[in-house]
Amino acid sequence: MDEGAGTGRGAGPGAFARPGPVERSPLVEGVRAYRLIAGMWIRSTMAYPASFAMTTLGNFLATVFDFVTIMLMFGHVDVLGGYSLPEIALLYGMAATAFGLADLLLGSLDRIGERVRDGTFDTLLVRPVPVLVQVAADRFALRRVGRIVQGLMVLGYALVVLDIDWTPLKVLLVPLAVVSGGAFFGAVYVGGSVVQFFAQDAAQVQNSFTYGGQTLLQYPPSVFARELVRGVTFVVPLAFVSWLPALYVLGREYPVALPEWVAFLSPLVAAGCGLLAGLAWRAGLRAYRSTGS
Amino acid sequence: MRLYAVVAAGGFRRHATYRMATMAGIFTNTVFGFIIAYTYTALWSERPDLGGYDTAQALTYVWLGQALLMTCSLMGGGFEGDLMERIRTGDIAIDLYRPADLQCWYLAGDLGRAAFNFLGRGVVPMAIGAFAFDLALPVSPWTWLAFLVSLTLGVVVSFAVRFLVALAAFWLMDGAGVLQISFLTGLFFSGLLLPLNLFPGLLGEVARALPWSAFLQVPADVFLGERTGWDLVGALAFQAGWALVLLLAGRVLQSVATRRVVVQGG
Repeated sequence: MDEGAGTGRGAGPGAFARPGPVERSPLVEGVRAYRLIAGMWIRSTMAYPASFAMTTLGNFLATVFDFVTIMLMFGHVDVLGGYSLPEIALLYGMAATAFGLADLLLGSLDRIGERVRDGTFDTLLVRPVPVLVQVAADRFALRRVGRIVQGLMVLGYALVVLDIDWTPLKVLLVPLAVVSGGAFFGAVYVGGSVVQFFAQDAAQVQNSFTYGGQTLLQYPPSVFARELVRGVTFVVPLAFVSWLPALYVLGREYPVALPEWVAFLSPLVAAGCGLLAGLAWRAGLRAYRSTGS
Repeated sequence: MRLYAVVAAGGFRRHATYRMATMAGIFTNTVFGFIIAYTYTALWSERPDLGGYDTAQALTYVWLGQALLMTCSLMGGGFEGDLMERIRTGDIAIDLYRPADLQCWYLAGDLGRAAFNFLGRGVVPMAIGAFAFDLALPVSPWTWLAFLVSLTLGVVVSFAVRFLVALAAFWLMDGAGVLQISFLTGLFFSGLLLPLNLFPGLLGEVARALPWSAFLQVPADVFLGERTGWDLVGALAFQAGWALVLLLAGRVLQSVATRRVVVQGG
């Protein structure tokens, strides 16, 4: 599918501008580089098709087990923290899909500490491609699509089963929150990778915020202590990924008193976090000292 | 014997070197411990005595899961990736040339690794959990002793499974798929996601009979005082039985596999 998009490009209005060095914006250049590197890794993974099939299925199953756990819980109870299974499925589907997007595109960033340690990070610095793009696309794993597929399936189930009083705003909010949530988790990945510049073995801390954040958001806020809910609303604004938008859609009250329109702030929160992460990345890259290995 | 003691000590020291990773791991285990503990609190407040546990026992189970996650390699991880790579590249020929048995060598190293992970990454989250929640810690020293025996057997069964997984590399070009399946079975059937006594009907019976239940479910039940007297003997025998069967299977597979090794000079 990537290849098709690539060949189509020549037919556009820009086709006449060639040859000669074309002035492209750094963003376009970055996306192009990402696609090239990712495409290369996809082709290399396909060298072992059986293994690819198994790992994709495995990735899918690993996330399915998350939801199976919740279903097994509901084999014993009718509500958890006052929420029914379809309601929790909505929270779960939004959080899992959002995280899945970030994991697919930026999941490789958690290997940055390893690269700093073994010295291969230094080779990325001399190439004429943004370092962030190189690390993010490195070992691009298409199998991570499994997580998105599973998230969307649970989300679909929730939307079909739930009896929601739909308004145009609610219809808009669900995809908006999912994409913003993906961007938010992406910012967490970038921010976490900056920490790894300096603490190379600390990739695990990142997992607490990415995988841990997703796990937290799978369950309704009523399950957790009030202080924890406040923390993930105001300090690490995870709540904007799924809790606040989903509770608005469900017409339920948020345990921390907030005006209703806050549910629509997800894109702003994501943009703010993205900006912070970007600045941290620049500062981190400038302060980076090679280990010399 | 002394050789393997040295290898075990080496396994311990090797993992002790990664101080930052250990701290990061403790942090992660603690975060997950808190998240899961809250969900279990919600679950048990709906249905007290679910699966025969009271709330304190259920919460203890959560923190045990975090403590044993690395100790018993519930989701894999440890030597098997390394060993697979050695088989793939042919470095395994050097290992086979050594005056030590392959399986015993790796078992010793893995016991050292487990000991470090128990002390380094298990005890601290458990202590934090006990500080934040009302946990059901054993009072009798005999329960602690029985737990340590059960835990050791759990590590051995886990090793035996992962050794078999690693040897699959002799027949496969790329071991990623097998590692992933091993990860999944460990995740689901060890009882990490949910205690196996909450699994319904036949699924529960099968899950409790499989070797993965020896990783976490059985040691946890021993710790929680759910297995006493002859029941305790039965639990330890269950673990020892699986350890024996799987170690023997590994031994057979190892001898079949080593006959396949073709050393290409150069």
